[in-house]
Amino acid sequence: MGLFQKIKEGLLKTHHKLAHEIKRIVTASPKLTVGSLEELDAALIAADLGTAMTAQIVAAVKQSYETQGRAGLDVFAIARAEVERSLATARAELRRPAEGLTVVSIVGVNGTGKTTTAAKLAHLVQSRGQKALLAACDTFRAAAVEQLKLWGERLHVPVIAGAHGADPASVAHDAVTAALARQADYLFVDTAGRLHTKHNLMQELQKVHRVMQKKMPGAPHETLLVLDASTGMNALVQARAFHKAVPLTGLIVTKLDGTSKGGMVIAIQRELGLPVKFIGLGEKPDDLQPFDAQQFARALFEED
Amino acid sequence: MFDGLSQKLQTAFRNLRGLGKISESNVGDALREVRMALLDADVNFKVARDFIEEVRTKSLGQEVVQSIQPGQQIIKIIHDELVKLLGSTNAGLALSGNPSCILMVGLHGSGKTTSSGKLARLLHKQARTPLLVAADVYRPAAMEQLETLGRQLGLPVFVRKGETDVLRIAREALDFAKQNNCSTLIFDTAGRLQIDEPLVRELVRLRDLTKPQEILLVLDAATGQEAVNVATHFDQALNITGAILTKMDGDARGGAALSLRAVTGKPIKFAGVGEKLEDLEPFHPERVASRILGMGDVVSLVEKAAEAVDMDEAKRMEEKMRKGQFTLEDFLDQLRQMKKLGSLESLVGMLPGGAEALKTTDLSKQEKEFKRMEGIICAMTPQERRSPQILNAKRRIRIAKGSGVQVAEVNQVLNRFSQMQQMMKKMGKFQKMMARMGGLPGMPRR
Repeated sequence: MGLFQKIKEGLLKTHHKLAHEIKRIVTASPKLTVGSLEELDAALIAADLGTAMTAQIVAAVKQSYETQGRAGLDVFAIARAEVERSLATARAELRRPAEGLTVVSIVGVNGTGKTTTAAKLAHLVQSRGQKALLAACDTFRAAAVEQLKLWGERLHVPVIAGAHGADPASVAHDAVTAALARQADYLFVDTAGRLHTKHNLMQELQKVHRVMQKKMPGAPHETLLVLDASTGMNALVQARAFHKAVPLTGLIVTKLDGTSKGGMVIAIQRELGLPVKFIGLGEKPDDLQPFDAQQFARALFEED
Repeated sequence: MFDGLSQKLQTAFRNLRGLGKISESNVGDALREVRMALLDADVNFKVARDFIEEVRTKSLGQEVVQSIQPGQQIIKIIHDELVKLLGSTNAGLALSGNPSCILMVGLHGSGKTTSSGKLARLLHKQARTPLLVAADVYRPAAMEQLETLGRQLGLPVFVRKGETDVLRIAREALDFAKQNNCSTLIFDTAGRLQIDEPLVRELVRLRDLTKPQEILLVLDAATGQEAVNVATHFDQALNITGAILTKMDGDARGGAALSLRAVTGKPIKFAGVGEKLEDLEPFHPERVASRILGMGDVVSLVEKAAEAVDMDEAKRMEEKMRKGQFTLEDFLDQLRQMKKLGSLESLVGMLPGGAEALKTTDLSKQEKEFKRMEGIICAMTPQERRSPQILNAKRRIRIAKGSGVQVAEVNQVLNRFSQMQQMMKKMGKFQKMMARMGGLPGMPRR
C-alpha cells in the first residue's frame, strides 16, 4: 500500500465529514452569504482547525468570491491552498549529523503515545538497515520501562533502562554512553510524560537534555514533541511551553487514524514553524509514516 | 486549570463591567468575545452557540436593563448558565450490588489505568474492598502498570498474563472476587477508538457479562471538538453512567467538560488533578464554573486543608501562638504541614485571581526557600529549636555548615522567626483585649 494511500485512509473520516459539510454548504446556498460563511466557519472549527486558521480560510474564500464571483469559486481549492501555505516546510526527515550517533529525544504530555512512537521510530530506522537503540527514561510511570522493554523484545532493538524511580538523567547518560560504545546510528530517548505546566518536571527534562549534551556535544540532535491528534487547542499551548523549555525540532502527531482531527497541526505549524515529521496512523510498528504537507493537505481537502 | 478561558472571559467582562446601559450591540460585542473564548477552549461549537444564545436572550431581558450594574448581572447569568451546562450538583458513584463492577473505558492515553488506581484508593478509603482487574490485553505492559499501582496501594490486582480473552479474565475475576470477599471490581479496559467496531463490541460483551453499576468514560481534559463524538459514541454503544475528566492540573481550557455534559446528559463524576494516586477529586460543577470565571476555588482549598491538617494539632498550635510559646519546632511542623497541602502553585491557583497572579510570579523560588528553611531548622538540636536564644556564633556556624548554607542565611531565618513570634504575641494580646470588649466579628470568642 502506497504511503499516500495510507495517509489518505487515515484521514478519510476527516475528509468525508469535511467534504460533505462543505459541499452541503456550497450547494445549499446559491450565493455565498454571511450565513453560509458562518456555516463554513463552523465546519472548520469542528475539524479542530482552530479559530485563527479558520478565520484565515474563511477570509480567503470570501476574498476569492468577491474577486471571481461564484463561477470560479472552488472552496476545496482555496482551503487546500491555505493549508498548504501554512504547512509550507519541505518534507522533513530525521536530522543526521555528518557522522556518528544521532540522539532523538521524544517529549510530550502524558498519554500522547511517546513510548509507542519511540518504538515505531526505532523500527523505522532499523528497517532502513541502520542500528537503533532505545532509552527508557520514563522512570516515573508504573511499568513504562517494561512497556518499552517489551517493544524492544518484539522489534529486536536493545533497550537501555534504569530501575523504576531512578534519575532519568542518569539513564540518559548511560544510554548515550552505550550508544556511542555500540556505534549505534540512532538513539531514541523515551522521556516521561509531563504536563507542560509543571515547572519542576520541565526542569527535570532540561536536566536530561543537559546531561546528554555534556556526554555528547550536540545531543540531542532532534527533540520531537508527540501530540495526540484528539487534543484541541491546548496542543498549541503544549507546543509553546515545550519549545520554550527544550528547543523542539519537530512534531509527531499520533492517533491520526479514526478520529476526525488533524486541524490543530496546521495551527501549530503556522505559529511555531515547527515541521510535523511523522504521523501515527495505527497501533502496529509500521503505522508511523513520514509527514508530507502536500499530501496531507490534498488528502484533507480533495474531492472524491 | 481553565486559566485560559477565565482570562479571556475576564477581558470580555472588563468591557462589560463599565457599561451603564445594555444595548443589543454592546452585549453582542462582549458575547462574540465569549464565543471565541469558548471555541478556543475547545467547547463544541454547537454547545457554544446554544450557550451564547441563551445568555443573549437573558441579558436583554427587562431585569438587566433596569438593574444598576448590568455588567455584573450578565456575569451572573453567564456563571449560572455555565453551572447549568456542567450539571447542577456533584454526582457520586452508585454502587449497590455485591460485588459491584465499574468499567473504565476511553481512548488510548486518556488515563484509564491511572484513574483505575486512583479510584481503587478512593473506594478503599470509603471502607470498600476494591479489586483491580487488568482487562487491557493489547497494550504492552499495561498489566504490569496496574500491578505496580496495586502494589503501591497495597490492594489486590487480578492479572492473567498471556490471556487474550477479556471475557474469560472477567469471569475468573468475578469468581476471585467472590472467594476473596472483594466488594467492588474495577475493570481497566484497553484504550480504543470509539469507531473501532470490533473493539467496541468487545466492550459491549464485557458489559453484558459483568453488568456493571458504573461505566465511566475517561476523557482527557485537553480533548478538542472530538470530545463530543467520543462521548456520544461510547454513550450510544455502552450507555455510560458518567465520566472522569483527567489531566485537569494542566492548563487545558477544559471545553471538553462543558461539551460532554451538554451532549450526553451524563455527569462528570471525578476529576484527575495530578500524577499521584491521591490526586482524584469529585467533580464539582459550581466550583469549576467559578474557576472558569476567575472567581477562584476557595471551597476546594478549605477542604484540602481540612484533610491535611489535624484539627487538635491546629488548636494546640493556635493556643501556643496566642501565648507566644511558638517555638522553632512548631514552625518546622507548620512548614511540613503546608507541604502536605500540595505545592504553593496549586494552592495559590485556587485563590481568587490566583491563576492570573501565577502567570507573572515564579513560586518555585519561594518553595525552594521553604525547603532551605526546613533544612536549617533540621540542622539544629531539639534544645536549640525550643530555645533559640542559646544560639551563639559558634552554634550558628555549625548549623550553617550542617545545612550547607551561609551563616547569614541562618541569621535571616532566626530574624524572621523572632519577628513572627512578636507578631503573634501582639495578635494574642489584641485578641484578648477585643474579647474583653465584646468580641470582634469574625474572630472566635473564647
